[in-house]
Amino acid sequence: MKRMKILAYPYSVWMAIFIVVPILLVLLYSLTEGDIRNLAELRFSTQSYERVLEPIYLKVIVNSFILATLSTLFCLLLGYPVAMIVARSNPKVRGMLLMFLIVPMWMNFLLRTYAWMSILSPNGFLNRLMDLLGLPRLEIMPGKTAVLLGMIYNFLPFMILPIYTVLSKIDKQFLEAANDLGANNMRTFFKIILPLSIPGVVSGITMVFLPAVSTFVISGLLGGGKTPLIGDLIEHQFMWEGNWHFGSSLSIILMVMILISMAIMSRIDRNGQQEKNGQSKV
Amino acid sequence: MKKTAVRIYMGLIFLFLYAPIIVLIVFSFNKTKSRGQWAGFTLDWYAELFKDRLITEALYYTVIIAILATLISTIVGTISAIGIHYMKGFSKNLLLNVNNIPVLNPDIVTGVALMTLFLSAGLRLGFVTMLIAHVLFCIPYVILAVLPKLRQLNKHTAEAAMDLGATPSYALRKVILPEIRPGIISGALMAFTMSIDDFVISFFTTGNEVSNLSILIYSMAKRGVKPTINALSTLMFVTVVILLLIINKRSEKGEELLL
Amino acid sequence: MEKYIIELRNLSKSYNGIKVVNSIDLKIRENEFVTLLGPSGCGKTTTLRMIGGFEDPDEGEILFQGKLLNPVPPYKRNINTVFQRYALFPHMNVFENVAFGLRIKKLPKDEIVERVERILKMMDLENFGKRHVDSLSGGQQQRVAIARALVNEPKVLLLDEPLGALDLKLRKEMQIELLDMQRSVGITFIYVTHDQEEALTMSDTVVVMNQGHIQQVGTPEDIYNEPNNRFVADFIGESNIIEAIMLEDKKVRFDDHTFDCVDVGFGQNEPVDVVIRPEDLQIVTDPGKGMIQGTVISVVFKGVHYEMLIENEHREYMVHSTLMFPEGSRVGMNVQPVDIHVMKREGHES
Ligand SMILES: Nc1ncnc2c1ncn2[C@@H]1O[C@H](COP(=O)(O)OP(=O)(O)O)[C@@H](O)[C@H]1O
Ligand SMILES: [Mg+2]
Repeated sequence: MKRMKILAYPYSVWMAIFIVVPILLVLLYSLTEGDIRNLAELRFSTQSYERVLEPIYLKVIVNSFILATLSTLFCLLLGYPVAMIVARSNPKVRGMLLMFLIVPMWMNFLLRTYAWMSILSPNGFLNRLMDLLGLPRLEIMPGKTAVLLGMIYNFLPFMILPIYTVLSKIDKQFLEAANDLGANNMRTFFKIILPLSIPGVVSGITMVFLPAVSTFVISGLLGGGKTPLIGDLIEHQFMWEGNWHFGSSLSIILMVMILISMAIMSRIDRNGQQEKNGQSKV
Repeated sequence: MKKTAVRIYMGLIFLFLYAPIIVLIVFSFNKTKSRGQWAGFTLDWYAELFKDRLITEALYYTVIIAILATLISTIVGTISAIGIHYMKGFSKNLLLNVNNIPVLNPDIVTGVALMTLFLSAGLRLGFVTMLIAHVLFCIPYVILAVLPKLRQLNKHTAEAAMDLGATPSYALRKVILPEIRPGIISGALMAFTMSIDDFVISFFTTGNEVSNLSILIYSMAKRGVKPTINALSTLMFVTVVILLLIINKRSEKGEELLL
Repeated sequence: MEKYIIELRNLSKSYNGIKVVNSIDLKIRENEFVTLLGPSGCGKTTTLRMIGGFEDPDEGEILFQGKLLNPVPPYKRNINTVFQRYALFPHMNVFENVAFGLRIKKLPKDEIVERVERILKMMDLENFGKRHVDSLSGGQQQRVAIARALVNEPKVLLLDEPLGALDLKLRKEMQIELLDMQRSVGITFIYVTHDQEEALTMSDTVVVMNQGHIQQVGTPEDIYNEPNNRFVADFIGESNIIEAIMLEDKKVRFDDHTFDCVDVGFGQNEPVDVVIRPEDLQIVTDPGKGMIQGTVISVVFKGVHYEMLIENEHREYMVHSTLMFPEGSRVGMNVQPVDIHVMKREGHES
């Protein structure tokens, strides 16, 4: 059976060519300057990284980070109660609720984002509604608020589902035991449910933050170019400017940012687990 | 009191989730092109849908790429998963970690990195490069779906088969494959959905001549979508919902299947 | 010249630098029932898997009917295995499981059906062909696993603790069935167990292993009565193992008494180990009439006999007797010269 491992060899070669080499290429371009079509002529340079530090670009990166963090936070605040309600509902209703949470994801996400354009645009649905009610018009699109809303909308299910999965696996006996020992619902939540659900929260946060920080579609459609994110910058460098060096260094920075946040999240997850173990020992 | 609060909250969440979908569907029946204004009911956009060459072509590429990518990635992914399963130690960890890169890396980085590779290698962006990209990001999902099934496999059944005279490849086909079939199927389903739905990676790895639906929608959205796209997405959406309802009805495990 | 069906020569295997099978030599005759016996982790399964072809030996040779078997892949060996946890194919019914090997040999359909049905009948599984393997009890799965191997009429059948998962009663029944079957089909059995009673009741030859080494090869009687060393004596049944001095041929001294025995060939005053089985010690009520004296310190009734611990100033003796002597009573003990087994002291070269 040991010989079976040769079955993985072709894929190893494939991965080397299509996963490892491209990333190395991006790394190479990020650290060089010169004609991109002529690999031999490239010269080492930290120029594109220096450019990232220019205030306008730094602002874009900070902006992406803030928007992604905000949308993650909102998803958590909105999604946790939903996950809890679904997990506590009776099994028949639960299946239906879950399905209704998932179905929107089956529609092309560009279309759904586009639909928000028709709702939020200056002459869109929302403002017609405001007119009807005699309220002042809202000017959120194009702009940061609209981008934030688009992110929350698109990624909310990614927060709800992992939290739900963890919550639904918590043994009801824990909760009953806590009540039995005199803990009220508030205490039960903060002392039992919340700590036990940390792994779900962590993977929810990762699953929201990661696409949010790297998106260029949502900002492109709902931000109207007013609030470019790091994703927009990368797209712009590769598709319009043809400046692979700068685009590559932005990509590397994005990757590093994500690696760092994932490392932080997995640390939190591990601490949570340890705390849980510690508590059960007491 | 508490129950009412819960209902209102869930109601608002669902309103939030479905509002854009309802808008899309309603406007697919709208007489005028302008969004935000209702000018009466029509089915024209549905009729035009099948005449619009851009849309039918994009639909064709989307489906054909999804089918090919699913087929290739399911076969390659399953075979590779078996290989990885029988590896040990450092090389196994290395392969698993590299395999995870396309899953964890932001799509935009995967996209530009592939584009860099293709262009540096002097390839013309188009159907083939997009297909390679789709196979690339689909295989990891197949592997991740198949590996757990391999771990559950009784390690001795394959040996038992060989003990009874089966060659390794016969044992693979008759004993291992049937047992990991559920993993292969869910891997294939995942690959198909990822491929059908992909925008970012396709966007960077295809050329001007070949677009999938996502790319078409993106370019139109920047200019203003024709309601034909609304019609198309309504049709796709309704198909998916009907399929899901059938699956849900037919199996008690509907919940798991969806997740 | 005697004909051996399987020969192991200097066979060794290491995992992570640890030799789990260490230079094993073994010859197995045709139609023999050989049992590898030893504590868990001593390398029995590894030895069996090398014979089956699932592990490559690091060193040494495996011969099958005098021909080198090492390079032959498992699926070309005329050897079948009953796996430790059966390894039935979960997606096939009982019939298909049993027919698997025959289908590979591309036998005609009717012959397959005939042979499978014959073996199922022999295994008392006549009406189980269509049953799913998951729906069978442990004993039935066990029989399917044996049927699946036997239907191929192998020259050698390897069985790795095949009765390990069964309860005591079923195990006794299956032991008898397995023995009957081996006698009637005339196949060489290489059987692995850590249960000494099972090994002694079933085998023609017992191979006692410890830490990758063979300790002793012999008939059950040999192994039981003439253990080679302390390990074998200890592992095969409860024994009294006593450090003693071999004064001269047929004279051994321990507990301040010189005993007559039948063993010869040790050096003068050589330190040795002596084994006395609990049932070989006879108790006499008058302590003065015993070679050794002691006090009964515990009595447990074991169904057929009493198990008593008798203490003197040197050690405790375990004694089995159909007579009961109350706790606290002073007794004497005697032992026949033939029941004193003198063994070389481990680590002592004479
Ligand atoms: N594939 C393996 N990898 C590493 N160690 C192993 C492997 N198989 C067996 N071992 C080790 O070898 C020793 C002997 O194992 P085994 O032959 O299964 O013993 P037994 O069957 O007598 O209980 C044990 O210590 C076991 O942990
Ligand atoms: Mg074993």
